[in-house]
Amino acid sequence: MEANQPHTPPAAAEGLVSVSGLTRQFPVGRSLFRRATSFIHAVDDVSFQLNAGDSLGLVGESGCGKTTVGKLLVKLLEPTSGRITYRLPGLDGAAGQENAPLEASAIIGRQLRTFRRQVQMIFQDPYESMNPRRTIYDTIAEPLAVQGMGTVLDRVDMVSEILMLVGLTPPATFLFRHPHELSGGQRQRVAIARALVVEPAFVVADEPTSMLDVSSRTGIMNLMQQLAHGLGIAYLYVTHDLAVARYMCHRIAVMYLGKIVELAETEELLRNPLHPYTRALLSAVPVPNPEYRREPPSIVGDLTAPIDPPERCRFFDRCPLATHYCRDNPHPAFEEKAPGHWVACYEV
Amino acid sequence: MITPPNFPPPGSASDPPVVEVGHSRLRLLIARTRLALHSFRAGWSIFMESRIGVLSLVIIGVFAIMAVAHPILMLTIWDAETYDPVTGYAFDQVDQPSAPSWRHPLGTDPLGRDVLSQLLWSTRSEFVLGITAALVTVAIATTVGAVSAYYGGLVDVFFMRLADLIIALPGISLLIVLSALFKLNLFYLALVIGILGGFGGTAIILKSQALSIKVKPYIEAARVAGGGHFHIIFVHIIPNLLPLSLLYMMFTVTSAIFAEAVLSFLGLLDLRMSWGIMIHTANTGGYLMGGTRYWWLVVPAGASITLLCSAFYLGGRALDEVVNPRLRRRHD
Amino acid sequence: MTASAAVPVLRVVDLSLRYLTRGGEVKAVQDVNFELAQGEALGLVGESGCGKTSVANCLMRLLPDNAQLVAGQVFLDGQDILPLSEDQIREYRWQRIAMVFQAAMNALDPVYKVGQQVVEAIEAHGVEPTLSLARERVAGLFRMVGLDPALMDRYPHEFSGGMRQRAVIAMALACDPRVIIADEPTTALDVIVQDRILRELKGIQQRLHMAIIYISHDIAVVAEVTDRIGVMYAGRLVEYGPTAAVFRAPLHPYTAALMGSFPSIAGEKRVLANLSGEPPNLIDPPSGCPFHPRCLHATDVCRQEIPPRVERGDQWADCWHPLEAAPALEPADNGGT
Ligand SMILES: Nc1ncnc2c1ncn2[C@@H]1O[C@H](COP(=O)(O)OP(=O)(O)OP(=O)(O)O)[C@@H](O)[C@H]1O
Ligand SMILES: Nc1ncnc2c1ncn2[C@@H]1O[C@H](COP(=O)(O)OP(=O)(O)OP(=O)(O)O)[C@@H](O)[C@H]1O
Ligand code: SF4
Ligand code: SF4
Ligand SMILES: [Mg+2]
Ligand SMILES: [Mg+2]
Repeated sequence: MEANQPHTPPAAAEGLVSVSGLTRQFPVGRSLFRRATSFIHAVDDVSFQLNAGDSLGLVGESGCGKTTVGKLLVKLLEPTSGRITYRLPGLDGAAGQENAPLEASAIIGRQLRTFRRQVQMIFQDPYESMNPRRTIYDTIAEPLAVQGMGTVLDRVDMVSEILMLVGLTPPATFLFRHPHELSGGQRQRVAIARALVVEPAFVVADEPTSMLDVSSRTGIMNLMQQLAHGLGIAYLYVTHDLAVARYMCHRIAVMYLGKIVELAETEELLRNPLHPYTRALLSAVPVPNPEYRREPPSIVGDLTAPIDPPERCRFFDRCPLATHYCRDNPHPAFEEKAPGHWVACYEV
Repeated sequence: MITPPNFPPPGSASDPPVVEVGHSRLRLLIARTRLALHSFRAGWSIFMESRIGVLSLVIIGVFAIMAVAHPILMLTIWDAETYDPVTGYAFDQVDQPSAPSWRHPLGTDPLGRDVLSQLLWSTRSEFVLGITAALVTVAIATTVGAVSAYYGGLVDVFFMRLADLIIALPGISLLIVLSALFKLNLFYLALVIGILGGFGGTAIILKSQALSIKVKPYIEAARVAGGGHFHIIFVHIIPNLLPLSLLYMMFTVTSAIFAEAVLSFLGLLDLRMSWGIMIHTANTGGYLMGGTRYWWLVVPAGASITLLCSAFYLGGRALDEVVNPRLRRRHD
Repeated sequence: MTASAAVPVLRVVDLSLRYLTRGGEVKAVQDVNFELAQGEALGLVGESGCGKTSVANCLMRLLPDNAQLVAGQVFLDGQDILPLSEDQIREYRWQRIAMVFQAAMNALDPVYKVGQQVVEAIEAHGVEPTLSLARERVAGLFRMVGLDPALMDRYPHEFSGGMRQRAVIAMALACDPRVIIADEPTTALDVIVQDRILRELKGIQQRLHMAIIYISHDIAVVAEVTDRIGVMYAGRLVEYGPTAAVFRAPLHPYTAALMGSFPSIAGEKRVLANLSGEPPNLIDPPSGCPFHPRCLHATDVCRQEIPPRVERGDQWADCWHPLEAAPALEPADNGGT
């Protein structure tokens, strides 16, 4: 890590959320009597930043650390090392001045309350992310209630309003239902409503459509986009589906085993993928057009778990372009190869 | 892609009531009450569908009527001198114990007291004992389970080792020692059983359930919403534990009644009268040896213990079906 | 494209199936008709719960207890398999027609070695006379699906998801079936693994000249690997035809909506069509055309009467107001043949 300190994308201080060198490891096989000797490097030295109203897609195969990044950003997990700084409305900076950048580790107590109002998360699984014993009203009003926003009556109005916004109308028929009385698509709408009811500035959406059927998926995607544009919300959209990311995000970051290997504007990334992993990923996505012929992705071997990975390019074992140089040197630095197009690879 | 579970068709009995949102607190209250009633009714109908549930309710109902019947009978047709369960004496009978007769439907005991009166009088104390013990157990076990699952670490280690310790001690013998040391009346007995149950095995079971709740995504969602520890434990974990708690409450009633019977049989409790004492009286008089000749001294009390214990146990099993969505889904 | 004039290996006629449940009869399959020629690949697509797996279960004659075949015939090599006895069907199942089940990669028995499970499948059908021959055959099958035969003596938990899925495919191939049904064969897998497995399956199918039915909710997968496509809605096959033709110009509004709602990384980025509303309740399906509550073209006649069949070349659909040949949806215009 110390060998190649990443070049943080410029103007880091300006961003709504700036991440630099973010790392999170999970111990393997730790027990009451044994200290862990090896670690899963779930997120390893990740840097990016997000501006207000921006949308970034985080794409990668299962287990590459997407959800972990999301949870770190909403402070559900603490980083092993690295910095996340926020610049959120109402959050006072280190020097006490309004709206100055503030480090994640410094957000405690009263600041944490404000933080929870400004930063929200939509979870992957609409079936498990709602308490089955609580009504839709309780679920959506929870952030309002625990943060003491409004009276009970105000909250009923606010919840009804947001239900209409996410297309669950008339709200009266939904307010006092339980989650099991809704379809998957309706539940995911409730999850969105709950994240948006506090009017956050930044939302992490963790594969909000991966468990939904085709019919509900498009609806949710369109809804998220309209709302984000309408309310000026910045979001990190976690997904394993590049086609979905294309529709949801301005920029896409491709992750491989805990590392971001490429980051660029969406259309630029699709048209001009530089990293060999991005290329493989792109050429593996099926296209809903029978006349389109894809080349087989050039990638060898299978995905492994990032348990104590060797100090070289994470993609080395599977890379079609790998050289001796790649073998003998640490993981390549994340560099801007074209304006706004960041890649971590020696060969491009 | 995960196939969504089958939802009941629209218009089925489980459709929730449409709740009008008004602008007054009263409206909100009414809406919530209707909702609570609705889910209660849904649960009730599942409970009533299981035969053992109905059976257990009927048995418990009969015993409840028996408990209520005693004071009424004493006020109306039974005079205290003859029928008091402890101090009464059946002067109308020559031999004691006397066989069932018109005046004494279940006969009298060796001390000339009416067996039916004893039986009915004891029913009430059994209910009080069972329910007190169960409430204490559940209150303790739910809190201990939720707290040690949520905090983990030393808190967890402490409560779990304590539970292991209590499990390792054989329950009845511990009660025997305690009752020898202290004069245990009904209330203290209930308390002791409740505490032993609450910090013992029930806590472990509820903790393992709480652990599975703790890792649910909705707990993380609550944290993102800004909920603190207290909020998460009392709003999310405990309400989801309650169904299981309720189940163990039923089972605790069973074990409390059973423990009372054993201790009374051994003559260790400071009670006026109970089903256990009735059998104890028969035993000390040597009437248990005589085969079925003096059946009325043993069978009514013995059968009552068995029936009421099993009724609560079966009720618990039926409740299991109501509160366990995995079992419930089969009904769809 | 393969000659569809060849004698069909599989012919499904007026198939209807329902499940008896406490809530009522679930009409899971209604009047389904299609044919499959040797060497042809058919895709069945549709939303969750539209009856895709139920059709497959009929073809395999593997029906749950509460299922009831209402009508129809399933001809396999000219023989109607539906009236056959359980003993007779055994000669067909796995040897003439085999299936890779939905979520099958979780179905390997964790306590037996993977190779052993395939060997047993072969022995059970008496395809190979001796154990060593059977093992040899399994080694061949492993090679065919891209697994190292040395992995035969490993346990399922030592396999990755993709490897398990390959093992399950090897098992389906064990008795040289003429027809294979693959029910969501790659749904739980990452794209790169999915791509490999689909390519392998396609290669095997073409080499062995088998007929194959892909079941998927992912029309992109179906577009790539099939010759023909059947679109199901509410238990009915609502559109059927050569994949290229259907994608170029769908006749049925549902097909168009389904395709319009699929994001793609190729071609111009276009607005995704909202397929609004929920799939219908199969206990009490809508009258007339089952799609009418969600259809933008619905009229009174759609609500009241079952739509007629319209044909355009090899392609047909059941609809009162079929779409014009000029497609509502511009197919992504790159690549090409
Ligand atoms: N709490 C945890 N304890 C131990 N390991 C963890 C934990 N959370 C995640 N991991 C590991 O970290 C790695 C990254 O996990 P993560 O959930 O972030 O992946 P993901 O990209 O979201 O995958 P998916 O697409 O399957 O959701 C995985 O190898 C996972 O096993
Ligand atoms: N054994 C059963 N008993 C009752 N209903 C059933 C049974 N199996 C399936 N169904 C119902 O029949 C309908 C069709 O189910 P089927 O599994 O064929 O759908 P599918 O198209 O394969 O869906 P998916 O894409 O989710 O796998 C669904 O509504 C389902 O709920
Ligand atoms: S650095 Fe080398 S091994 Fe890594 S992706 Fe680039 S070419 Fe491949
Ligand atoms: S028949 Fe009518 S409702 Fe059905 S798909 Fe055609 S136009 Fe739409
Ligand atoms: Mg994830
Ligand atoms: Mg299916």
